[in-house]
Amino acid sequence: MKIKSRVIKYGDDINTDVIFPGRYLEIIDPNEMAEHAMEDIDTHFLEKVKNAKIIVAGKNFGCGSSREQAATCLKYAGMSAVIAKSFARIFFRNAVNQGLLVIECKNADKIEEGNEIEIDTEEGEIKILDSGEILKVKPLPHFLTKIIDAGGLMEFIKMRGENEI
Amino acid sequence: MTLAEEILSEKSGMKVEAGDIVEATVDKAMSHDNAALVIKKFEEIGLPLKIPEKIVIILDHRVPANTIKTAENHKIIREFVKKNGIKNFYDINHGICHQVMIEKGHAQEGMLIVGTDSHTTSYGALNAFSTGIGATEMASVWATGKIWLKVPKTYRIEVNGNLPEMVFAKDIILHIIGHLKSDGANYKACEFHGIVKKMSLADKITIANMSMEMGAKTAFFGGGDGIYEKNFEFDISELSPQIACPHTVDNVKNIEDVEGKEINQAVLGSCTNGRIEDLRVSAKILKGRKVKKSVRFLIFPASMKIYRQALEEGLIKIFVDSGGVVMNPGCGCCLGAHEGILAENEIAITSTNRNFRGRMGSKNSEIYLASPATVTASAIEGKIADPRKFS
Repeated sequence: MKIKSRVIKYGDDINTDVIFPGRYLEIIDPNEMAEHAMEDIDTHFLEKVKNAKIIVAGKNFGCGSSREQAATCLKYAGMSAVIAKSFARIFFRNAVNQGLLVIECKNADKIEEGNEIEIDTEEGEIKILDSGEILKVKPLPHFLTKIIDAGGLMEFIKMRGENEI
Repeated sequence: MTLAEEILSEKSGMKVEAGDIVEATVDKAMSHDNAALVIKKFEEIGLPLKIPEKIVIILDHRVPANTIKTAENHKIIREFVKKNGIKNFYDINHGICHQVMIEKGHAQEGMLIVGTDSHTTSYGALNAFSTGIGATEMASVWATGKIWLKVPKTYRIEVNGNLPEMVFAKDIILHIIGHLKSDGANYKACEFHGIVKKMSLADKITIANMSMEMGAKTAFFGGGDGIYEKNFEFDISELSPQIACPHTVDNVKNIEDVEGKEINQAVLGSCTNGRIEDLRVSAKILKGRKVKKSVRFLIFPASMKIYRQALEEGLIKIFVDSGGVVMNPGCGCCLGAHEGILAENEIAITSTNRNFRGRMGSKNSEIYLASPATVTASAIEGKIADPRKFS
């Protein structure tokens, strides 16, 4: 999979409550969830998404609640991938299950707000197109990429068409 | 073997070690109000319900319903439960999911429990392997009875010393989180040893519950003789009451460095600190005193069983006489969804578990996390206060 886009950048410990505030948890329609994505940390997020489909962040992205709306709202807001120095574990699982590409990259700092980058998941590379620099990343385990490729756990299970994971 | 390896070996039917990815059989699958989202996902999968007897649904996040949308979600859940013969359903008159899971015996030692709530780690107090998952994954568990898990590496955390007066389990775990930081135990199982192993069930629940705030996948007390990735040792003999300052749980300070800050709201309760032991500590400090007029003191017993016990012990009268507001058991206030929302520039001290920006209301409000004793002392003084002056 290759994804090319400009990036939106955030810092460390971006938690689930600022990605998708608790007051909206009663929403179960994903398009409606998207309307509140990142609302408590970046009121311009939905405008920025028009030109940038990749989030780049620091350590512990998605810490806090188990709410999968945090991953769902980003996907339905138009995000193609989240790159972070590290992810909180439940968010990471939820993102994979929602079919949102998540990439751990220790050198995420090297990517700057507004940079255009290209992710190549097969090569395990992120290329910063502005500078030409290439960042190596650890590829996801094969069975996780299969879930993401299917578009999420739901589609994956339906595709498998059998009563097991 | 570590306890994590022992339990996941049993649940996957093969001998496993840290780092292995296993497909394990789930013993209990817990959801709360977000069961409405799980149901939506489950119906999209279109497979039959494989484990109706293992499903537990407890309404607690927005109870009673605060909006039409929430009311509709609750209705979807009640209808699904009835249609599918799910016996372990607890409507709004029972309490907070983690407390109810333990009170009703759904969580037990050695079980593998998943829940659509991050504080599912609470059942580590009973030495269950318990962890939080999302709604889609829960739908898959409902359909298959299984989940894939990476067997976590384990941190051994030993706590020694004599607990000083007015210092509690909450202070210990805040102290540990302050050292390990918000991602310090990410993906790890935490085994707690030393004095915390001998603490009450209530104290262990507080510690296991808050382990999530340093990223832990699951928590245990005591345990095997396995290979630990890291060892930590804490001596708490000289520990001051601890307080987590805005806006991260690992921003932990001694009470001496924070006391004197004026507050608007004090909250006692939640899955972290709403048990009878917590209410007793608070009522003992409050007895014969008044909550400062400028403070709204909200008390949320963690379950109706605890509420009833507090009634019988006369604690509720003490709360009400002092000017506190006793609420029904629930989570709403802790996550800013319901009951007790903060306005712009307001400051709360709370016995709950997260102080993220905007969690309890306005994104320009502030949340300080502390023990029930510190919360109560602060409610009386109208500012963040050291509970030791009430001992």
